[in-house]
Amino acid sequence: MHGTRILDEADRLMTVCNSCRYCEGLCAVFPAMEMRRAFSDGDLNYLANLCHACGACYVDCQFSPPHEFNVNVPKTLAVARAESYAAYAWPRALSGVFARNGLVISVMAALSMAAFILGFAAAHERDVLFGVHTGPGAFYKLMPHNAMAALFGAAFLYAILALVMSVRTFWRDIGAPIGGRADGGSIFQAIRDAGELRYLHGGGVGCYNEDDRPTDRRKLYHHLTFYGFLLCFAATCVGTLYHYLLGREAPYPWWDLPVVLGTLGGIGLVVGPVGLFAAKMRRDSELLDEGRYGMDVGFIAMLCLTGITGLVLLALRETAAMGPLLALHLGAVFALFITMPYGKFVHGIYRFTALVRYAQERRQAG
Amino acid sequence: MSRKYDVLVIGGGNAALCAAIAARRGGASVVVLEGAPKFYRGGNTRHTRNMRCAHDAATEILTGPYTEEEFWKDLLLVTGGRTDEELARHMIRESKDILNWIVEQGVRWQPSLGGTLSLGRTNSFFLGGGRAMLNALYLTAEQLGVEIHYDAEVTDLVVEGGMFLAARLKRPIDGVNEIRATSLVAAAGGFEANIEWLKEYWGDAADNFLIRGTPYNRGSILKMLLAKGVQEIGDPTQCHAVAIDARAPKFDGGIITRHDSVVFGIVVNKHAERFYDEGEDIWPKRYAIWGRLVAAQPDQIAYIIFDTTVATSFMPTLFPPIAGATVAELAGKLELDPVALEKTVADFNAAVRPGTFDHTILDDCRTEGITPAKTHWARRIETPPYLAYPVRPGITFTYLGTRVNKEARMLMKGGRPSANMFAAGEIMAGNVLGKGYAAGIGMTIGSVFGRIAGREAAKHARN
Repeated sequence: MHGTRILDEADRLMTVCNSCRYCEGLCAVFPAMEMRRAFSDGDLNYLANLCHACGACYVDCQFSPPHEFNVNVPKTLAVARAESYAAYAWPRALSGVFARNGLVISVMAALSMAAFILGFAAAHERDVLFGVHTGPGAFYKLMPHNAMAALFGAAFLYAILALVMSVRTFWRDIGAPIGGRADGGSIFQAIRDAGELRYLHGGGVGCYNEDDRPTDRRKLYHHLTFYGFLLCFAATCVGTLYHYLLGREAPYPWWDLPVVLGTLGGIGLVVGPVGLFAAKMRRDSELLDEGRYGMDVGFIAMLCLTGITGLVLLALRETAAMGPLLALHLGAVFALFITMPYGKFVHGIYRFTALVRYAQERRQAG
Repeated sequence: MSRKYDVLVIGGGNAALCAAIAARRGGASVVVLEGAPKFYRGGNTRHTRNMRCAHDAATEILTGPYTEEEFWKDLLLVTGGRTDEELARHMIRESKDILNWIVEQGVRWQPSLGGTLSLGRTNSFFLGGGRAMLNALYLTAEQLGVEIHYDAEVTDLVVEGGMFLAARLKRPIDGVNEIRATSLVAAAGGFEANIEWLKEYWGDAADNFLIRGTPYNRGSILKMLLAKGVQEIGDPTQCHAVAIDARAPKFDGGIITRHDSVVFGIVVNKHAERFYDEGEDIWPKRYAIWGRLVAAQPDQIAYIIFDTTVATSFMPTLFPPIAGATVAELAGKLELDPVALEKTVADFNAAVRPGTFDHTILDDCRTEGITPAKTHWARRIETPPYLAYPVRPGITFTYLGTRVNKEARMLMKGGRPSANMFAAGEIMAGNVLGKGYAAGIGMTIGSVFGRIAGREAAKHARN
């Protein structure tokens, strides 16, 4: 009756949950479910992306396995969520990328790009690659600023375009009124909910990981990752402004704003993903969508690689290793950009969109 | 030589854990024997959702106040006076403090969700439900050093002259077949999952009962205690029984098999005849009477019949309604006589008098000239598709139990208090609930008497 088997199962579970409702205080999924009596594909994808996989409803459920009703909401919605990423991917032809091994694809993309940059530099002027460069403009000895800006600007714009197109389809499908826009209040509410990961707290005690004790630190690691990413992004933005507005060229001294932001962000991007990966390894397999392991790990690895190469580059930028390290760092960033619309990165975007929808529904319900 | 504990708690639900925690906090060494495997731990507490406590003012989780006197009046109403006033009033007084004490044990209440959940005045809701509450209690008990064993079935109690000495086990725990303790707290529930025992009072009808909770509440501890000279209390035929979906599993279907659609339609038996006023009273009283009503019908089956206009007027159901384009087609699907059902619906429709429908009050929509009458919320069933839910008696818990005093100490036949045996929860609920039920009162009995039993058991052990 639904498009996929997992949506059939999600429908079955939501029917069970809707006749129980004990979990309505735990997160947004259940109150959103209660606003419906029947569930379309879009409704189920909406609920799946509202789920933050804290596991509380599984631990609290009297009907979770081995009970014959076999209610496992976190796992079912995790699978549905991952399938929804592919379903809404733009262009459609690339949706299959989600199904393949994300780790290998991302790492290959990063290394290919690094090799390309190295090759570019080597072909350009062999001595430059392993030379010691210091002072403003040192990085651009390896690759001219304009080439760098064009390459990364294009990759970034492509990622934004693909994400916008995907989210448009998702927004329409999850029951937003046709042509309906999100209002400012709902967006602000969603920013707050996403910013503090409100629904990863299992209703207050925290997230469940290896057993029925809420001892998980995933919220902390997730914050480190997310805000680390934002800080790195901010560093890049400030650097761009420096370049074009102030005419100041990278690399900047360690105390300067782009470097401070990038360093703090880089630390977050190393500690956060490592923590998330460790948590994933320890997590009760009953709560995990193990089929999507590669995609999750690929994203974690790319973030971590971006952070590590950035920090090492900062430490060794005045040595002969600068050239290869810069190539590697740029490769990682480039791969991160182009895989963004087809990897785990989108979970944040869809969750946020679902949170906007939820905030809107709450307002409409009064 | 086996180790001797200060307090042995038999059972693993709310009452048992409250007793274990209270005893441990009272300085006693405590062991808990839960007969079920870990997943099914906690008996009927797994399926509960809220607790009824008296309080003098509104809180963030309760609109208030709900005074002791009002609680007492509610209890008097549902039991028809069949309650031990001294014990009941004691419980109600203690319930005020339990509201906070239970939070100190790690249990969380559900705060207001700002519109989606309307808070109750009388009852506090567990955040995440009964199993979440149990998880918190178990976690606290473990952290305090209470020893907990699952699959730990007790086969015999050694009692001499009203004094507990030891419990014998089906399977050895740490190589030991017998556990000795200075005090016993029995909190092992009722006997609703013991169909053979139910048949002693209900006859073969009990074969058609569905048990809403755990299959492990077989009443074996209750039976042993009564055999060892503990005074019994409560009517053995009394139990909390509601009408639940006939398609529900035999055991442990829990809350989600309930139906609250009776008020929106009519209820017929297997002969397609109505047998009771579906509009007699408002929720929750009407909810609690239909189990017994259906149990009294042939083959213990009935059908809630309604039409499509009201299909979304009540809580969504686990099992979808059975549908028919005509009454006769619906009858065919239900294996009822189509002619008989058509006549019943037609007679009912003809008897409906106009009124203003409001299911939140006893409204003026009623029938005239049929027996039984539908005295409120009567509206014609005439808009296809016609819909039906098959229902059977769903037993929640039984009322036969052990007599206790205010210290939760068991009383022996003749009235003498036991030296060291205490009881809490469903196993002694009959002291307070002679019949009837009010939502959340089972948990009040469990927590209040659990805490008292644990405290007194520890006091006895440490003397």
